[in-house]
Amino acid sequence: MAAELIESIVKILFIFGVNVGFFSPILGWVERKQSAIMQDRVGANRADVFGFRLIGLFHPIADAIKVLTKEDFVPDGADKLFHTLAPFISLTPAIITFAVIPFGGHYEIFGHSVNLVIADLDVGMLFIFAFGSLATFGAVLAGWASNNNWSFLGGLRAAAQMLSYEVAMGLTIIGVIMVFGTLKLTEIGAMQENFFRWGIFLQPIGFILFFTCAIAENKRAPFDMAEAESELIAGYFTEYSGLKFVMFWMGEFLEIVTIAGVLTTLFFGAWHLPFVTDQMLLSFFSFAGPNGSNILAMLVNVGTFYAKLIFFIWLQMTIRWTLPRFRYDQVMRLGWKMILPISLINIFITGIIVLLVK
Amino acid sequence: MADLAKDLHTEHMVMNMGPSHPVTHGTVKFMVTLDGETIVDLKTNIGYLHRGFEKMCENGTWEQVMPYTDRLNYVSPLINNVGYALAVEKLIDIDVPDRCKYIRVIASELARISDHYTNIAAGGLELGAFTAFLYFVEARELVWDLIEMLTGGRVTSNYVRIGGLKNDIPDGFKEKTQDVFRRCRELWTDIHKLLTKNRIFIDRVRGVGTMPPDEAIAYGFTGPCLRASGVLYDVRKAHPYLVYDLMDFDIPIGENGDNFDRYLVRMEEINQSMRIVEQALEKMPKGPINVDMPQYRWQAKNDVYNKIESLIFHFKTVTEGIKPPPGEIYLAVEGGNGELGFYLVSDGSGKPYKCRVRPPCFPLTAAMPRMVKGGFLADIIPTFDMINMIGGECDR
Repeated sequence: MAAELIESIVKILFIFGVNVGFFSPILGWVERKQSAIMQDRVGANRADVFGFRLIGLFHPIADAIKVLTKEDFVPDGADKLFHTLAPFISLTPAIITFAVIPFGGHYEIFGHSVNLVIADLDVGMLFIFAFGSLATFGAVLAGWASNNNWSFLGGLRAAAQMLSYEVAMGLTIIGVIMVFGTLKLTEIGAMQENFFRWGIFLQPIGFILFFTCAIAENKRAPFDMAEAESELIAGYFTEYSGLKFVMFWMGEFLEIVTIAGVLTTLFFGAWHLPFVTDQMLLSFFSFAGPNGSNILAMLVNVGTFYAKLIFFIWLQMTIRWTLPRFRYDQVMRLGWKMILPISLINIFITGIIVLLVK
Repeated sequence: MADLAKDLHTEHMVMNMGPSHPVTHGTVKFMVTLDGETIVDLKTNIGYLHRGFEKMCENGTWEQVMPYTDRLNYVSPLINNVGYALAVEKLIDIDVPDRCKYIRVIASELARISDHYTNIAAGGLELGAFTAFLYFVEARELVWDLIEMLTGGRVTSNYVRIGGLKNDIPDGFKEKTQDVFRRCRELWTDIHKLLTKNRIFIDRVRGVGTMPPDEAIAYGFTGPCLRASGVLYDVRKAHPYLVYDLMDFDIPIGENGDNFDRYLVRMEEINQSMRIVEQALEKMPKGPINVDMPQYRWQAKNDVYNKIESLIFHFKTVTEGIKPPPGEIYLAVEGGNGELGFYLVSDGSGKPYKCRVRPPCFPLTAAMPRMVKGGFLADIIPTFDMINMIGGECDR
């Protein structure tokens, strides 16, 4: 019992540390640097500590200091309670969602069975959808409570867009669930041990549709209708400053990480190296004894998972800095008239194939 | 649905878009009445950049007006310089030397290129294509390097003089131009790939802000926006000035008069302007760049210090200003946005009696409500970008 408790605490601290402590500050830097490289610029490199600039890596620290010392501003006539509550509602689900994503497999270490996921829920995928939808409230409340017309329009757009894509996203993923026959993400991950059984090969259309919906759900360009800085100034968080503003920002970055995690788990073999089965990995490390081989295999698997995750983060950033923004009605048309029917057809075809194969 | 909406109590939302809003650069205010996201009404408020250009001109000598013209369309100031100088020269009846004409053509076309770069880049930026923006800003920097080499200034060049130019073309200008244009063409191709065939971009601009040719003429459209509507009117072809009649270049025209056509017309005009610059550099004759009329154009410093006549003329023109004969004149050149006209009245004194500018973007801005009404809030952005309203020119 005590061992399990310790295991859970370690896993929670690990995920929390990696996501909130590492990814969310570093992604701000990555976004600046990557956009700079894509645009022939140098990018952020001014913050220095005793003359050391370290390719701008001190910028997250400088940002944190700036944000913490800023005035926490609530506009006149705003609903103070909801104005304060909104950033929390949009940040919390973003942190929590990662709990069901497995970042490694199942290992026997010193007679104790370690399962590298915080919460191995039977309804893992539904959990992600449920908490993903909660973030909508954050955007809507922020837009509504700010007492600002631009925020209000941004909030309305966010609500319509996120709800629409929620539906489409749910349908795009059904194909994957049908193929793997489970909602449990650890099982989906384990089933992709064989390279040719990776989700991307079984559900190529599902992958593209889900990826599109996921970016739309995260409200990043080309789907940043709710923010649309040239139309709505900053959309639903126009009236936010300081730490509250950063909470929206962090929420967005954590969702990038979560999307990358979900994509890796569902479509890109989760923690598995291509062409390497768990058994092969264990026998490769057999020189280290049963415990040692398990630990080494675990490290390799976690490393693989995060390598894939970082690749998808990079991909999302590249898309964000390449494409222009849709118009609001075009986004809705894309969601309802293109992605929804295609995903329905995808479900239908997948169903037939699953029936025939069985 | 319609029945449902009838019983619902809904109100239109009135919003101030600008004057400090990310899209209303050039400082303009739109009072937008929205029904949901649909624009019911739009009122344009201009004048935030009014600096009393005309009154300032009346208080300076004819020569002193030149730096003010830099600040009209601050994206292509050289065209303003050329336009004003040509108008004054027509008033006096000066014919500048051929070399001067060629250099003025080069200067105008470089300015036009940088104007179109800025316009397309900013248009891309506001539609969310930040990368496209910076690619064209790089191209504009390179063109500005050329302009800096030629004039000594990057933005406010103050290069053209009445009856001549500030200086001749520097050594190595031709080679540098070739280098710059090579890189600019690469960047042009990149932008072409990033935007012209990009479905998202096309969806945002095609069929938006459409202006049929008859209405465009009625509103007083000129320049790329008029040509996008399919009307073949370019001052450079219709009323050739300088040596444009000796140049081989094409005028692109659009079909639908929407924002996509305006974008395409500008993209093609960049290429045509590059052609003109290259031809002008090839054909340019040797010779003086200033007219030999000391009462209008300063003599060389060597003469001023060593010859008494030159010194007297220099003293007179600097203290009292040059004195065109009494009369009035209107002369238009093809600016970055269209017909840039100068209406000048002289009473025979050293200062303009009246200096009125016909800004090409004023009629375009006036047509904003016509172009966006019934569209979406998001349609204001590409439309306003593609008419390229420049506050300095529109408000003066």
